Amino acid sequence: MEAVVEELPVILQAFWLTVKLTVVSGVISLVWGTVLAAMRVSPLPVLRGAGTVYVNILRNTPLTLIIVFCGLGLGTVMNVQFSADDLSINSFWLSTIGLSAYTAAFVCEVLRAGINTVPLGQAEAARSIGLTFPQTLRLIILPQAFRAVIAPFGSLLIALIKNTTVAAAIGVAEAALRMKNLFDAHGDAVIPIFLGFAAGFVVLTLPVGLLFGRLARRMAVTR
Amino acid sequence: MSRAPGTQATVLYDAPGPRSRLRNSVLTLVFCVVLLLLAYLVWTKFEEKGQWDGKLWRPFLQADTWTELILPGLWNTLAAAAVAAVLALVFGAVFGIARLSDHRWVRAPAGVVVELFRAIPLLMLIFFAQYGGSLAGLVVTEFTAVVFGLTLYNGSVLAEIVRAGIRAVPRGQSEAGYATGLRKNQVMRLILLPQAVTSMMPAIVGQLVVLLKDTALGFVVAYADLLNAGARVVPANFGNLIPSVIVIAAIYILINLALGYLANRLERRSRRSRKAPAAPVVREVAMR
Repeated sequence: MEAVVEELPVILQAFWLTVKLTVVSGVISLVWGTVLAAMRVSPLPVLRGAGTVYVNILRNTPLTLIIVFCGLGLGTVMNVQFSADDLSINSFWLSTIGLSAYTAAFVCEVLRAGINTVPLGQAEAARSIGLTFPQTLRLIILPQAFRAVIAPFGSLLIALIKNTTVAAAIGVAEAALRMKNLFDAHGDAVIPIFLGFAAGFVVLTLPVGLLFGRLARRMAVTR
Repeated sequence: MSRAPGTQATVLYDAPGPRSRLRNSVLTLVFCVVLLLLAYLVWTKFEEKGQWDGKLWRPFLQADTWTELILPGLWNTLAAAAVAAVLALVFGAVFGIARLSDHRWVRAPAGVVVELFRAIPLLMLIFFAQYGGSLAGLVVTEFTAVVFGLTLYNGSVLAEIVRAGIRAVPRGQSEAGYATGLRKNQVMRLILLPQAVTSMMPAIVGQLVVLLKDTALGFVVAYADLLNAGARVVPANFGNLIPSVIVIAAIYILINLALGYLANRLERRSRRSRKAPAAPVVREVAMR
């Protein structure tokens, strides 16, 4: 127990990094996933095909492989750099690329399921008043689709919070890696440290689940 | 506009007339150019670093690269996945049924266990297995640690699937069972589980895909799995990290697509079959 109290600043720092990874890759994957979903329902076969290929490749590749590709492949071999002198900034952004690219595929699929819940009459009505496809999507379909998928987005966000731990594979000092380091430093306090970190994740994920559940109920489209 | 059966579920656009056909053709051309440009850009970036050099790719044409380096990794991945899948199914069945128990003292702890292991990231469970095990004086191999984590996490998810599957069997089934004088465990064993299994099958296979993908986390604790072969062993021999990771990714994708295809077929079959009274447990588009 003393180990947890003593190392509290380290633990909080680790979770702060977890939160940063989650927020940044969450925002990027939301935007990128929405673009992908729009591509997958568009009238142009090229875009539909490109979207489908992207989603199927990313969804069926292990996240660890994607992160390792970003960290070692892009970072070390291709020498992609975000900061010349700070390695931790580099690995942060490289893992963010991996997490966003992966999560976007799931955002796209969830959103597409949401688009399917919007009644056909909505799109037909939009077309009958002369809206073009981008207008139909932006003004009529997506607003209703987003409101239908708030709860699944909550599940995705929770999964993303947990997935940020995979960034440990390329040495981002987020919660899981810090926990391992603390195990090394305090070999006798493995269980309290583990419980401390576990509690941290419960504290992060529980409110997200509750908040998105409430939002989903409040924002539900009544039909 | 009525939809012919088998067409897309939502039709967001009309059948194109002459003007929109023209516009679509132009846009198709534009986007083709943009996509090709992107592909070209990526290609040249890799070209600059010599990633398309024949000597980096040639190892994959040699038989011993596969038999000595890659296939052992694939074997370890499949072994960990298979063992963890069996254990997770047992774990899921036990805790799924326990959560439906009539006794609060069985139901409540089972619920806590399932919710807890679903909330903790898998990687933390694997680290905990390693360090916690050696604290208890056990020798924990990387294999054991990976299987331990995969079992607890996926077992908890499967427990929820089992619970949903059993609950989806219409009440009349268990009532009829009790009415014929069956005991609780007989109703569960003879009536509910056999019917629930059909409806759970697609969700279970879907979760097994997730499990297989998650074995790649073994890379972090240096378990000699497929990802380890592709990102550590092969590049250490030939210095070809990017080609090697691409080849390994293709293997993962093929295996997962095959399993995903199986899950979809099972789902369609159980949706079609009129014998199964329980609706299939819907696989939400869950990550991991």
